[in-house]
Order: sequence, then C-alpha cells, then structure tokens
Amino acid sequence: MIWSRFTSAATQLPWSLPADASAHGPALDHHLLLNLWIALALLALAHLILFTGLLARRHSAPNHLWRIEYLPLAALALLFATLTVKAERLWAAARYTGASPTALQVEATGVQFAWYFRYPGPDATFGLTHPNLVAPGEGNPLGVDPKDPHSADDHVSSQLVLPANREVDLRLNAQDVIHGFSIPEMRLKQNAVPGQTIHLHFTPTTPGTYAILCTQLCGLGHYRMNATLRILPPDQFANWLATQQKAAQ
Amino acid sequence: MTPHSNVPPTRSHGPRKLTPKPHPILSRIFSTDHRTIGIQYLILALVSVIIGTTLSLLMRIHLVWPDWPLPLHGLILPEDYLALVTIHGTVMLFFVLTTAPQAGFGNLILPAQIGARTMAFPGLNAASFWLTAIALITLLCSTFAPGGAAISGWTAYPPLSAVPSAGPGQALGMDLWLASIALFAIASTASSINTLTTILRNRCPGMTWERLPLTVWGWFTAALLSIIAFSVLLAAILLLFCDRHAGTSFFLPNGDLVNGVLHQGGNGSPLLWLHLFWFFGHPEVYIAILPGMGLTSMLLANFSHRRVFAYRTMIVTTLLIGLLGILLWGHHMFVAGLNPFASSAFSISTMAIALPAAAKVLSWLATTWRSRPSYKTPMLFALGFVSLFITGGLTGPILAQPILDEYLHNTFFVVAHFHLIMAMAGIFGLYAATYYWFPLLTATRSHPGRLLSEPLGHLHFWCTLIGAYAVFLPMHLTGLAGEPRHYAQLTGIPGPGGSLSPAGALLSHTLPLNRFITYAAFFLAAGQLLFLINLARTLYKGNFASSNPWQATTLEWHPTMNPFTPSSASDTSEISVHRMPCHYQSNKVEISFLPQWAPVSFAQGEIANATDSKPE
Repeated sequence: MIWSRFTSAATQLPWSLPADASAHGPALDHHLLLNLWIALALLALAHLILFTGLLARRHSAPNHLWRIEYLPLAALALLFATLTVKAERLWAAARYTGASPTALQVEATGVQFAWYFRYPGPDATFGLTHPNLVAPGEGNPLGVDPKDPHSADDHVSSQLVLPANREVDLRLNAQDVIHGFSIPEMRLKQNAVPGQTIHLHFTPTTPGTYAILCTQLCGLGHYRMNATLRILPPDQFANWLATQQKAAQ
Repeated sequence: MTPHSNVPPTRSHGPRKLTPKPHPILSRIFSTDHRTIGIQYLILALVSVIIGTTLSLLMRIHLVWPDWPLPLHGLILPEDYLALVTIHGTVMLFFVLTTAPQAGFGNLILPAQIGARTMAFPGLNAASFWLTAIALITLLCSTFAPGGAAISGWTAYPPLSAVPSAGPGQALGMDLWLASIALFAIASTASSINTLTTILRNRCPGMTWERLPLTVWGWFTAALLSIIAFSVLLAAILLLFCDRHAGTSFFLPNGDLVNGVLHQGGNGSPLLWLHLFWFFGHPEVYIAILPGMGLTSMLLANFSHRRVFAYRTMIVTTLLIGLLGILLWGHHMFVAGLNPFASSAFSISTMAIALPAAAKVLSWLATTWRSRPSYKTPMLFALGFVSLFITGGLTGPILAQPILDEYLHNTFFVVAHFHLIMAMAGIFGLYAATYYWFPLLTATRSHPGRLLSEPLGHLHFWCTLIGAYAVFLPMHLTGLAGEPRHYAQLTGIPGPGGSLSPAGALLSHTLPLNRFITYAAFFLAAGQLLFLINLARTLYKGNFASSNPWQATTLEWHPTMNPFTPSSASDTSEISVHRMPCHYQSNKVEISFLPQWAPVSFAQGEIANATDSKPE
C-alpha cells in the first residue's frame, strides 16, 4: 500500500493539482485552469508586444488613438467581467446558501495544534461545551459538558470520517487562535475563528484518505497541525459510526 | 543652456544655516537637510534589505534541509522559522519597500523635481527619520527578548498576537514588534504630511499639476494613502496593546482558551483586527509600488526619447489606483469568516483595479513601442519592472475570485504573486532609481556625482531578472500543488504516519521544486553582491557624470539643483517651468530634447515648431 502510494506520487507531476474528490471540485478546477491559461496567454502576449516593440526599427511615437488606448482596456474589462461573473456564480453555489437539512452534521474544532471532530450521535444535537471544562488529558479536549443530556451520545474523533456522496454540514470552531481548515483534495478552505461558528458544506465523492491542513498561522506547531480525512462508501461509514457510538456509550 | 542674470546664487538659504553651530559631526548626523535625510533613509533601507535577504535565505535553507544547524545558534526550531518569517516580512515591507522609495528617494529627488529647495517641514522630516531608525532598532532588538521575536507574521492576527501564552515570542517579543510598528506608523504619517505639504506649497513657478512628473504623482498618491492607512494601523495597534495589557477585549472573544489561559469578560472579535489591519495592509502595498510605477513611466520615456504615452491618463490611473486601493481590503479575508456577499463585493472592487493597472502597462508598452531605446542600466531595470509587474499582476485577478481563493488562499501561489508584483517589481524600481539618480546622490560641493559602472550594472540586471523569475515562478507551481505558507517543515512532520500520512505525502511532494527554489534564491542573493561591489567601486573611483547624463527633462537635473554647480550655471536664481516633462523630439538632431526648465525663447524657430506639435 505504501508502495502504491509512492508510485502514484511519482507519476504525478510535481505541480499538478492534488486529486479532486468533491462534488464542487471539478467546476472549480475547470475555472482555475481557464484562469491560468488566460493569464499565461496574456503574459505571453504582453511580452511579445514588449519585445517586438523593442526590436523593431525606430518609428514615430504612437498617436493617441482610441483603438490603442481604450480598445485593449475595453477587451480586458470584458474578459475580467466574464471571469468575475463565472466565479461569482460558483461562489454563490458554494456559499450563498447553507447545507440541505438532510446533510450530515459534524463539528470541527481547531486547537493548537490539532483538529478535533465531533459527531452529534443519534439525538442529532451537539451537547454544550464550556471552555473551563476543557481537559485534553482527561479525554475531554473540547470541554463537552457532561450535565447536558445532549452530550451523552456525542463522540469526538481525531480523524474526520465521512460517507461518500452525502452532503456534510461542517460547523467550524476554534478554541484558542484563528486556524485555517483546509482539505486540498476537497478544494476547501475556511478559517476557524474563536468566538464564531462558521458553517461550511460540501459533498465528498471519491473514497480514500486525504490531508486536512491548518492554513492560518497559529503558532509554533502550525506546520504539524494536520489530520486525516477518510471518505468511506456509505455502508462502511454506517459500520464505523455504529462502532464509534457503541464505544461512546 | 540657462539664461544668465545678475542675481547671486541662492543656494545659501537652507535650514542648516539657521542652527546655532552644534558639533560639526553631530550637525551632519542630525541634519535637517532633506538630501542628507534621504541618504540616511536609503542607508537604513540598505541595512534592512541585507538583513531581510539573509533571513529569507535562512528560511529557504531550513525548508529544504531542516536538520542544518545554523552556526552560533544550532537547529532552527519551528518557532525560530516563524520569527524569521515575521521579521523578514516586517523588515522588507516597512523598512525597505516603504522607506526607500517614499521617504528615501522622496526626500532626495522630490523637492528638486518640483523646483523646491527644501521640504516643507525640515525638522519634522528629521524627526521622522530618527523615529523610523528607532523603530528598526526596536524591531531588531525583539530578537533578543526572552522567547525571541514575535512569531505571528507581519499581519499579527489575534488572538495569537493578543495573548502572551499563545507561543514563544508572543510576550515581550510581540510588545516590541507592536512598539516598533507604532513608531513606524507615526513616522510615516509625519513624513507623508511633509511630502504632501511640499508638493502642495513648494512648487516652483510654472509647475502646474499637469506638469508634475509622474514620479511626483506617485509620491503624492502614496503619501495620501500613507496618511489614511497608517493612522488606522496606529489605532489598531493601540487597541491590540490595550487587549494585551489593559484588560480590554477588542479582538478577544469571551471564553477564548489559549494554552490553559482563559479569557473571560468582554466579547470582541478577531475579525475586527483583520478589517483594520487589511484596511492598512492593502493600501500599504500600493504605497510600496506607486513611486516605482511613476518612475518607470518617466524612465521609459527618457531612454526611449519619447513622451509618456497618454500622460493625463497616467495621472488619472495613479489616482484611481490609490482610490480603489483603499476599497478592496476584504479580498484578504475571503476565507476568514466574512459574509459571502461581502466577499463578492470585494471581489468586484479588486477586479476593477486591474483596469487602471492595465492602462499603465499599455502606456509603458506604447511608450517603448518601436522607439529603439538606449539600454542603459536604469532603462533595463525599468523594463524589468514592466515585465515583473505584468507577470505578478496577472495572477491578481485569479486571486481576486473568492471561489479560486478557496483553494489558493495562503498557499505559495499567493507568496509568488505578491513577491513578483510588490517585492521584485518594487526592488527593480529601487534599482532603476539608484542607477538613474546615482550622480545626484553622490554629487557634493567639491566634486560632481559619479555614475555606477554600466557593464557591472548590466550583469547585475540580468542576474537579478533571471534570479527573480527562477525563485518566484516555481512558487506558483508548489502553491498549486497545495504547499501552504508559514510551514516550518515539509518533511519529517511528526504525527501518525509522519511523511507517509496524507498531509506528509502532500507536503513532501513539493520538495524537489523547493530545492530548486532554494538554489535559485542563493543565485539571486549572490547577484546582489554585484550591486554592492558596483556601489563600493563607484563611490571610491567611479566616473564623474556630466550635469545631465541621461538627457533628462525633469527639474532634478537642473544645473543649480546639483550640489556641485559649475560656475557658469550657478548664477541662475529663479527656476521656472515651461512645459510638461519628457519633451523629446525624435527627428531633430541639434535639439532633440527640451528640459522643463528651458525657456521657449532660446532657438526660437525650432521650438515654436516643437512646442506646437503636441502629440495629443
């Protein structure tokens, strides 16, 4: 298994995007590549004009013609406007509305320097947390209040395990400083801000294991603040959830 | 070239005469003479850029050889790496890219370009410089504070920057960082007031707004932005300081638990800091680049022997970039927890600034188009500025789209973007300015100015251009591959699985390219030694320059503006301006250019033609 990962990494070009494993990813990648190609073309064009102008024989200065002063600007304005509209539509689809009511509820909390994931259990409600109950040494890193009846069936995991092809409603918290929740393969990034709960929704598509990184400088252990996302086929996920809940009770 | 008159030379009035004779050395060091202050700012920037570059090399080494022990220090720990990041960013952005173009060349050249003999407030000017110097010393001293220097980056997001228990360097180191930047903000505001007042009040007769060189428009707009941005930064720093020491909660939410320390009481928001900081931070990058944009326009015209294409449009776009520059800070916060509608709005304002920037590029291309310019070193650096500005600028619209930022935010793609457009283009602007104005920098009463060596300058240019692209182009690729910023290590990540974990595999995947970037960074830094050699050699025995070696048309090259004034020209009293800058005639041999100060009356017939044939 290690070997197969090694060979797959070796065949991947060092600059290619990581594999895409979420439902909104392909559209994002497509738009990103379109943008990159346009930027590359404009870069080549501008340098071509620059070098041609420098190499060509001297000629009188160009006049103030609207077609060299304003036409390229109008063309660029049109191009950027098109890209903006396309990007805004994708952004609106991803962020303007919340998750569907049937989405899987998971809470992710960033703490220097780890991510914790909490599943609400069969009652579908997260128990209350209090910062003065936080005791990582005693197995309560999030400070879940044992007196709250909703806490009893909550379970906390250091791995994010999700079923494929079901929307996830992730509520992001941070206990201490700002952290950045990022899953490159899911094309996701959102800061977790202390004092705020931020909702993020997405649908994983391809089973596998993926990296969860911290992408907002959070202290000396920032570089090692990572976790693993495991996407399982729905039936395997149901088994995993059942074992976790049995362990929690 | 200038008409003679009987009025004696007027170079005697100046504040230096007014001081009641302190010790000669002291009076030279604590001078209120704007040229001396300008040189002092440039020396401060040179010291800072050497420090900043050294720190960046240490970062590059650590990133690819994390086990390399730094002599006299030992292994570079993760917190050391973050301190390197923080001090590198702070030193480079504040003490190099803000001071050198705006305060350094702003003092040395700006008064002369508008025909003024002094800055408006010489005392305030000197105070600004010394405050800046104290700010730099404070920042560098923070390295020796217990726990080391601050580790929260130049953006200093709270609560990391608000709570001393958040990490090493976040106690005294962070306080010193805040003190340093507060002093710098005060100094920059004062210096900008000086710059603005000088431009408003001290212009010589005939220097209308339209005739101001584009460099002056760059300094003017950057000074306006400085006053707006730095005052907001100063306020934000005071609030953060109160959060740290006075028990307030501007940026700290209730129940924030940092490393066992619980914050209870007021309920603030870290996002407030992000708004205040980026309201400053984004204009700040325009403050760094606007003078370079103005200079590039002027140099391309000078060495192409052409007028600036669409001069009035260039004035308007400079001001537009300034105006839009304060309206798009939110694009740094697309994934920070901003309302998604706000992200859309900031995305549009960010896209909009691409247009005045593109208009500038068009003007640069049109100015040099089929001009057969003379490739002196300043011209090469100005052309390099254009190239880097285009390359770095084209990734701007990509990062301005929130949906793409959702993948690219805080990756090396962003690092590549802002290093190309701000750092590299900014440095190319500074090099162009240094090579161009070196005769004015080095002229004294006893000898004329010297010219930096052209062959060495050419070599320096090519090494810097190739080095800059070799370092920063591959960073786009590691960023696309997912490499995040501020990671102290890419291999040997502890935790389950180590580098075989998904995160470890993702990061170590970028190592081959990162090794290449580190080698390229060494090449780029080594190339800068050529400049230092050129500098030392020229100061010692460089060729003397004539009074207007580049056939420039702007007033800083007026013979009486030169500290070394040949006797034939020294008896000119009044400077007045008769036309727009960059008045070049391409087809007339004997008078191929007309400086701004030359009155129309000499060589009547030719000039009547020349002035009438406006290109507009």
